[in-house]
Amino acid sequence: MKNSRDNILKNIRSNIPTSTIELPNTDIKHMQYKDKNKKFATSLTSVGGNAVWLEDQSIDDFIKNNYKDLKVIASTCKDVTCNTLNQEDITDQHELKDVDLAVINGHFGVAENGAVWVNEEDIRHRALYFIARQLLIVVKKENIVDTMHEAYKRVDFEKNGYGVFISGPSKTADIEQSLVIGAHGPTDACVLFV
Amino acid sequence: MSAKPGHPELAAEFIKDTERMHWHDKALWFVREKRDLASQSVDEWEELRSLANQIKTHTIDKLDFYLEQFAQNAKQNGIHVHWAKDAEEHNKIVHTILKSKSVKKLVKSKSMLTEECHLNPYLEDRGIEVVDTDLGERIVQLRKEPPSHIVLPAIHLKKEDVGKTFEKFLETEKDNCDPTYLTREARKHLREKFLAADASMTGVNFGIAETGGVVVCTNEGNADLGASLPKLHMASMGIEKIVPRLEDLSVFTRLLARSATGQPITSYTSHYHAPVEDGEMHIVIVDNGRSDILATEDFKRSLHCIRCGACINTCPVYRRTGGYSYGYTIPGPIGSTLGTSNDPKRNKTLSFACSLCASCSNVCPIMIDLDEQLYKHRQTVVNAGYLDKTKHNILKMATWVLKYPALLAFGGKMARIFVPIMPRSILYSKINAWGKKRELPPFPKNSFKELYKKRGEKK
Repeated sequence: MKNSRDNILKNIRSNIPTSTIELPNTDIKHMQYKDKNKKFATSLTSVGGNAVWLEDQSIDDFIKNNYKDLKVIASTCKDVTCNTLNQEDITDQHELKDVDLAVINGHFGVAENGAVWVNEEDIRHRALYFIARQLLIVVKKENIVDTMHEAYKRVDFEKNGYGVFISGPSKTADIEQSLVIGAHGPTDACVLFV
Repeated sequence: MSAKPGHPELAAEFIKDTERMHWHDKALWFVREKRDLASQSVDEWEELRSLANQIKTHTIDKLDFYLEQFAQNAKQNGIHVHWAKDAEEHNKIVHTILKSKSVKKLVKSKSMLTEECHLNPYLEDRGIEVVDTDLGERIVQLRKEPPSHIVLPAIHLKKEDVGKTFEKFLETEKDNCDPTYLTREARKHLREKFLAADASMTGVNFGIAETGGVVVCTNEGNADLGASLPKLHMASMGIEKIVPRLEDLSVFTRLLARSATGQPITSYTSHYHAPVEDGEMHIVIVDNGRSDILATEDFKRSLHCIRCGACINTCPVYRRTGGYSYGYTIPGPIGSTLGTSNDPKRNKTLSFACSLCASCSNVCPIMIDLDEQLYKHRQTVVNAGYLDKTKHNILKMATWVLKYPALLAFGGKMARIFVPIMPRSILYSKINAWGKKRELPPFPKNSFKELYKKRGEKK
């Protein structure tokens, strides 16, 4: 194996020219939206999700008013009290298989594509993001950026081994190009701005 | 290498069903149109393409440096890094890891590299159950077919075909081919596989040198579910997947999904820099002929590809002949150039499965000169003496005619007189390959030269 490493690198070295092209600056002038909230909501709707700005109700009330048949709620969000399962107490992530609703913290939203950045900061099992039937991502109202250029400035892996941009629910169009919402991951994804 | 049917023979099989051919053509064009809308919605689209091109050119030219940086940083993150010079070594490495953990059940997300290495049969022969979890890939796996497209593996199938396959393997309702119903049934079936898996395997869209992590982009959430449930996650990565900096992803994530399916981004863009709690993560870096392509000035840019499939969706030849006509893991323009580079003898017909319309290069988010490469690869094939004899002789004759303007003019004149009065049985006989499924245009009375001369006289 050590040999393969050396052989591959040796072959690359003997084959590549000496480059004169420098890495470009990726911080280019990019699209900026007058109404970031509106753009975010439109982008998210177009990929099968929805965005809600919470005005005068609590997250608990929002869940009560908008979701039905919730047996198992797993929340990593401190303001939520209707939690029925504390994922921190679970050692085997397979036990999360019956979660009906996962309420998780999102760091910021991206207006151009409706994606939200989530990482491992306050979650023990990353599987929760994908195994829950429905996903509610809670994001602070002021945390929306225009494009991925700004988004990656806010991303780092100093403290977290894992992070993901989630844009809407899981989906597929593998059968005759017909879009079906809800493939292997959540069948519903709502971003709640508080 | 055994003789295998080339693109013309395999395509002849595909186009037998005219209605299906047109259906396939339209399905792909629909995706291409979505790509157009998505790319036009970004003001700085062309600037992004140019940045992507610069980043890839720089990276590939310093690939040894960035690969070492990547491997070093990944190790610091606690990820095991392996190097495989070819497909065989890749498969051996993967099997050794699985064996050491007594893995019996593996869930896999889409990875064209593992297709290229024929990993599935290798592991199955050694008693490991391999389940492809991308819906399209699962469909073709159940049918014992390879993917016919790198992004849309089952694009060649109609929903009725999928319904029948699921009836047989998943015991779905008879004659129910509603895509939502079939997708839900697949979800149930695959959920069990995810929960029972001992290990998972994913491909890699981008390996980040400065942070030592890998990025996987999917819509279905299958890669993520797989990689976060079992304790063992393996990722196979071609050496060309490296990007130097985290910020480079701002360029590539804006281009990838828009070019592929017209989405603004994939549902999940996952960044793996560490295993799950008490878990293990392995990355296998694979060469398999890639470092040899680096040495070819004309073709090394094919290594810039991010596998979005835009060139495939737009290709008039792919749309009308389907993925299986190429007989290579990756079909369409990008596959034709990579395939000819890897094995010009076996893939001698691929560079000719192209009308040189250059639509591929125009939609490529990295601005790879695909049409130029295919044009030059025809020379690779001719110079190596692999060109089909009939074609070679026709081209020789054409060279001779084109050398003598008088002869060309005479030939043209004769054609204009005789072709219009020739009976169909002769005109559309076997020799006229062009006339298969196509009508010749009406012949003009005069040649361009004659018309041009007349125009001059009038003035």
